[in-house]
Amino acid sequence: MEVKELHAPGHRACPGCGCAIAVKIILRETGPNTIIVSPTGCLETFTSPIRSSSWEVPWIHSLFENAPAIATGVLAGLNSQGNPNGTKVVAIGGDGGTYDIGMGSLSGMFERKDDILYICYDNEAYMNTGIQGSSATPLGAGTTTTPVTGDSFGKMVEKKDMVAIALAHGVPYVATASIANLADLKKKVRKGMDNPGPAFILMLTPCNVGWGYEPEETVELARKAVETGLFPIVEFENGNMVSALKIRPVPVEEYLKPQKRYQHLFKNDKFEDVLKAIRKKAEDNIKKFGLA
Amino acid sequence: MMDLLLGGVCKAGESKKLETGKWRSFRPVVDRNKCIKCGKCADYCPDSCMEIKEDGAEVNLYYCKGCLICIRECPVKAITKEVEEK
Repeated sequence: MEVKELHAPGHRACPGCGCAIAVKIILRETGPNTIIVSPTGCLETFTSPIRSSSWEVPWIHSLFENAPAIATGVLAGLNSQGNPNGTKVVAIGGDGGTYDIGMGSLSGMFERKDDILYICYDNEAYMNTGIQGSSATPLGAGTTTTPVTGDSFGKMVEKKDMVAIALAHGVPYVATASIANLADLKKKVRKGMDNPGPAFILMLTPCNVGWGYEPEETVELARKAVETGLFPIVEFENGNMVSALKIRPVPVEEYLKPQKRYQHLFKNDKFEDVLKAIRKKAEDNIKKFGLA
Repeated sequence: MMDLLLGGVCKAGESKKLETGKWRSFRPVVDRNKCIKCGKCADYCPDSCMEIKEDGAEVNLYYCKGCLICIRECPVKAITKEVEEK
């Protein structure tokens, strides 16, 4: 059977990869008249082993730290030739390439107001190198560099607020999206592409290897992250919130319990404060964005 | 020696020749009598293995890695799993 997706199968993502779902849907919306830039990360690794690229659109791998700068260069190249076909430039990077290593370069892209859509697939750690914590790893989550042992309860601090960081740069279109709501994701990709100037979309893409759950639960966990209030689905245009997905909040435990990275919180009473802080985070989000 | 193109350029979509179906431990099986052709399995499949045909969803076993997200997301429970026998 012939597969017509712009992200071809045969790629080497782990079974049940949330990022692979997201990229397929993103490319359905961008269409073929797009150049994709990716920093180092899972996506780059599983789509581009030599002679087995799964990209059916022009794609370029930068270094870990400079995908937004490369995207700026690609756009400048297109513009210098008049960009007769109106080709769009989209960068897709993981949380490592976005929150940590590419942060300076991304800040520059936001500052220059380059007409680029930057999409972050956030799986909350460096997954393809062995689950090292990133600044997107949430409070209480165990990774190989935020270990759970003795009194250590995993990540000791909250994750960075990338939405607030993008908004602080005056980025005209900033949104979050979920792989559990693909129509909304597509709509936001379209808006981000049509918006003149930079746009930033943050997606939570569960990773069964790094989070420790069965591969079939990927979409279900993405859905639970939204329903608990831990990952609010919001949208900002020119700094103003224009939409927020209403939820009927479910307890955060429904999201945390199926994941190995949070198991210690339920086995030992001494981590009760961490659980409380996670519950409070969900409540704060619900209040802040008026989700319920 | 592998012949490489200048600058490490790869041809588009060459991953299609990789039979990732070999990774599978379980295979999804669609009950066409129950399938309502909503396309959710096709949308959520990370490996683009589901095609909605006239009489229901069909699994592309050449690529299916057996993650079974399709089973979990099917709204009418038309998909079940079977142990893959090699």
